Amino acid sequence: MSNNPAELLYSRTHEWTRLEGEEAVIGITWFAQESLGDITYVELPRAGDRLTAGTEFGSVESVKAASDLISPVNGVVVAVNTAMENAPETLNSAPFGDGWLARVKLADKPEDLMDAAAYEAFCAAEKH
Amino acid sequence: MPFIPHTPQELREMLAVVGVRSLDDLFADIPPDMRPKHFNLPKGQSEAAVCAMFEELAAKNRPGMTSFLGAGFYAHHIPKAVDALAGRSEFYTAYTPYQSECSQGTLQAVFEFQTAVSRLLEMDCANASVYDGGTALFEGAMMAVRATRRRALLVDEAVNPVWRAMLATYCAGLQLTIKTIPQENGMSRPAALSAAVNKDCAAVIVQNPNFFGVVADYAGVFAAARENGAFGIISVYPVMQGVLKTPGEMGADVAVAEGQSLGQPLSFGGPWLGLMSCRKEHIRQLPGRIAGRTTDGDGNTGYVLTLQAREQHIRRARATSNICSNQALCALRALIHLSLLGPDGLVRQAEHGMALARFAAERLTALRGVELLNDAPFGNEVALRLPTGAEGLVAGLMDRGCVPGYPVGRHYPGMENVLLLACTEANSRNQIELLAEELGGML
Amino acid sequence: MKTIFAKSVPGRNACQVDSDAPAAAHMLPAGLLRARPPRLPQCSELDVVRHFTRLSQRNYSVDANFYPLGSCTMKYSPKFTEYVASLPGFARLHPLLARLERGEACAQGALQCLYKAERWLCEITGMKAFTLQPMAGANGEFTGVSLMAAYHLAKGRRRAKILIPDSAHGTNPASAALAGFEIISIESRDGMVDPDVLSAVIAEHGDDVAGLMMTCPNTLGLMELHLPRIVAELRGADALLYYDGANMNAIMGKMRVGDAGFDVVHLNLHKTFATPHGGGGPGSGPVGVNARLAPFLPAPRVAVREDGSFYLDDNLPRSIGTMAPFYGSFGVVLKALAYMLRLGGDGLARVAEYAVLNANYLKKRLEDVLDVPFDRLCAHEFVASAPEGLRALDIAKALLERGFHAPTVYFPLIVRECLMAEPTETESRETLDAYVEALREIVTQGKADPRALAEAPRNLPVHRLDETAAARRMVLTEDMG
Repeated sequence: MSNNPAELLYSRTHEWTRLEGEEAVIGITWFAQESLGDITYVELPRAGDRLTAGTEFGSVESVKAASDLISPVNGVVVAVNTAMENAPETLNSAPFGDGWLARVKLADKPEDLMDAAAYEAFCAAEKH
Repeated sequence: MPFIPHTPQELREMLAVVGVRSLDDLFADIPPDMRPKHFNLPKGQSEAAVCAMFEELAAKNRPGMTSFLGAGFYAHHIPKAVDALAGRSEFYTAYTPYQSECSQGTLQAVFEFQTAVSRLLEMDCANASVYDGGTALFEGAMMAVRATRRRALLVDEAVNPVWRAMLATYCAGLQLTIKTIPQENGMSRPAALSAAVNKDCAAVIVQNPNFFGVVADYAGVFAAARENGAFGIISVYPVMQGVLKTPGEMGADVAVAEGQSLGQPLSFGGPWLGLMSCRKEHIRQLPGRIAGRTTDGDGNTGYVLTLQAREQHIRRARATSNICSNQALCALRALIHLSLLGPDGLVRQAEHGMALARFAAERLTALRGVELLNDAPFGNEVALRLPTGAEGLVAGLMDRGCVPGYPVGRHYPGMENVLLLACTEANSRNQIELLAEELGGML
Repeated sequence: MKTIFAKSVPGRNACQVDSDAPAAAHMLPAGLLRARPPRLPQCSELDVVRHFTRLSQRNYSVDANFYPLGSCTMKYSPKFTEYVASLPGFARLHPLLARLERGEACAQGALQCLYKAERWLCEITGMKAFTLQPMAGANGEFTGVSLMAAYHLAKGRRRAKILIPDSAHGTNPASAALAGFEIISIESRDGMVDPDVLSAVIAEHGDDVAGLMMTCPNTLGLMELHLPRIVAELRGADALLYYDGANMNAIMGKMRVGDAGFDVVHLNLHKTFATPHGGGGPGSGPVGVNARLAPFLPAPRVAVREDGSFYLDDNLPRSIGTMAPFYGSFGVVLKALAYMLRLGGDGLARVAEYAVLNANYLKKRLEDVLDVPFDRLCAHEFVASAPEGLRALDIAKALLERGFHAPTVYFPLIVRECLMAEPTETESRETLDAYVEALREIVTQGKADPRALAEAPRNLPVHRLDETAAARRMVLTEDMG
């Protein structure tokens, strides 16, 4: 399950991006959810919010921690995964699928993201 | 040595274990130029001497006068069982229930307190208390500011001036604007409040009964707030809430209260507690501790502190509030108090105060020049217009052993003749007759 | 155990209120009344007494258990202070009485107590003036940083940043943020504020730094060894130095923060001055300041006339306003004052001596049981890490099983598997020794079989509770979920 899908791009702060034309879907990686532990709440942006790459766009909570979500892209939120409000555990079980967080209309082409192989190497290095 | 058990021999042996020669060596890390310049305090005294000194100081106060003083803070009878139970040191010498397995007493009490507050106000959920009614109002306003991302607050001028002053102080560094909607003859103006709500407004804040004792329905104000994406926030008096239309019924987003009337002695201003409750969708914005129900591995029901990721010890600068210690023991007292009164007791308490306030209004307005400030419905507190300055009159009556109420002029310029008179079950018809007699003699 | 609501029986009544008043519906229009009475418990007095007595038995408390919760100073709360605060002359006193014309005459005893408490705290801390208004430690912090903001504003500048060491209590950054400040975190070195880092941060943000909030000894239980330089750095930038008094129990009579160069301090009366913690509160968080911040203190202030009578002074044009409805947690202040008078100056200094002795004794005796990171004297508390392979949480739960409250765990955040213990001066050597033996047994057991600790505690009303489920399901009242 921890295989990072090859069609996605990855950030150093453990968010993934799936490009779909002028839009992108973003979420957090398997590695991220695993280090957070049991997720109890996801704070999402609102449709219409402007995201800036490298800055916070929401947060996830576990029982004893809260972590910021860092946007991998620039753009405007067009939709959020409201199902997460009542089922935060989806982020643990399916971070790359039903646990997606937001759909963003891109302002520009995302930069500075890794492919799956580079991200795996990055995670391996971070573990040590 | 009071409260230090060490014998001289133990001291010697313990110093040896630590590896220092004297107690003073333990403070070697404090540089000499940081040592106290002086520490001139009297010598310690025996327990008997200290108790005697405080008995003497307590005797210099005069709490025992016949009193109709309220203005948001009321003398109610506190069942002795409240003192007996909250005085159990298993409760009062514990601390915040971080270790839930050995704190089920405190945690279940908090859960029950949250239930009692939610049911009293008919709101979805409540926290484990904040410091007082004023900080509850401020924290409620901050919930709205965060959730709406707006920076304007609309406040009814008939919200208790004590809490409005606190709100202004607490908001000073936050670049918020507070717009006050004037009251009229002690009456809040729901229509004016509704008209003033707009899309910049984070919250509209009202109080029921208002500072002048006037009871109103703010459902329309809260509907206007909702239409504009703003919060409706209401502060209530818990005892009157036994009978009055609830914040839930009015559609409030956040309901708060000063909890003093629920089993807390007046104690010259505290410690009391702030009640805070909200609709479920705002739960993430609610500050302070919250207990939740869960189970252990064997399926036993138990209680834990929950939603802690909102709080300062985890989220630090970005927490919903800085609150850490709350008013847990006061909340326990309030819960026990409400459990002893039950619905019947609370309703009777409210009705008793209301009936006496009506009797007082009738007797006092029979005096020449005394009239009701307005003809609005009121609860257990009523505002009277006197033919003379209220401050002086109160002082005169106090010389005769009676505090007839609170003169509101210092908070409301132009209302120097207005007296706010409160009744609770601590008052009687007889007291009111005597007050009417004394007052009649002075006017 | 069932809740009090589940024990409710319709129609039962403890008959606490007698009244022949007419029903509310005869006094107010129906539209202003609630549709149904509040669904509060309907119980007899004995039902209520038995319920809460049984609940109380499901708690650990200082009166029954050693409670070495670090940062919280869980010392014994002397019983006579409860008596003092419950005297009717205090407990029944309406706070507005003192605000009426000539009403101060009716509250002279209470005002004198407030005045006396302020004077004692001034002498203990070396500060010029105190306010007793703040209702808890965090409320004191908020008051303190608001005073700092007022100081800079009075000099015609708005300084936006406050520096806070990474070892600080979470309330420090939360309080500063609540007052509108931006927080700059200062990284610790050797468990202390690094004056070089501080110097660099001030060089970068100097004109925008309002001040530094320090806990000293810090949350690692260590005295800051670079205080004189830290004071000088801040003075150089006309920035203020804030003292978080959470750890005052370590220095009473040994260091006065005013003399040491701090500008503002909050104390926690429920920690240092032995007022009971109440299961989470009420506390009291008085704030002391030196002369340059005194004009900004909250109003009103208690003052004394030449004839010796006390009054409330509202004529404070530069005051930040009002932090509490009246004069703070008066009942808590009374208990603290009674404690101070009982101990006197010599007794208060002895508190620090024995608190630090007990902590160092405990630390020394645990050196071969836990990993103790700093090889120097500690103050009134110390941090240790669980031995490799063991978790602090498991050790904490195993302590509960043996009748001890756990130390603070996982704080400060900068120490791995942290256990932070504060024994306080009121504990005897036998208690400390028993705690050491319990820990030794737990660690031995855990090293032999780590799973053995995971089941603890087995002898309390509940075992480990599912906190994740609690947060996800959110059953917060009897009516939810």
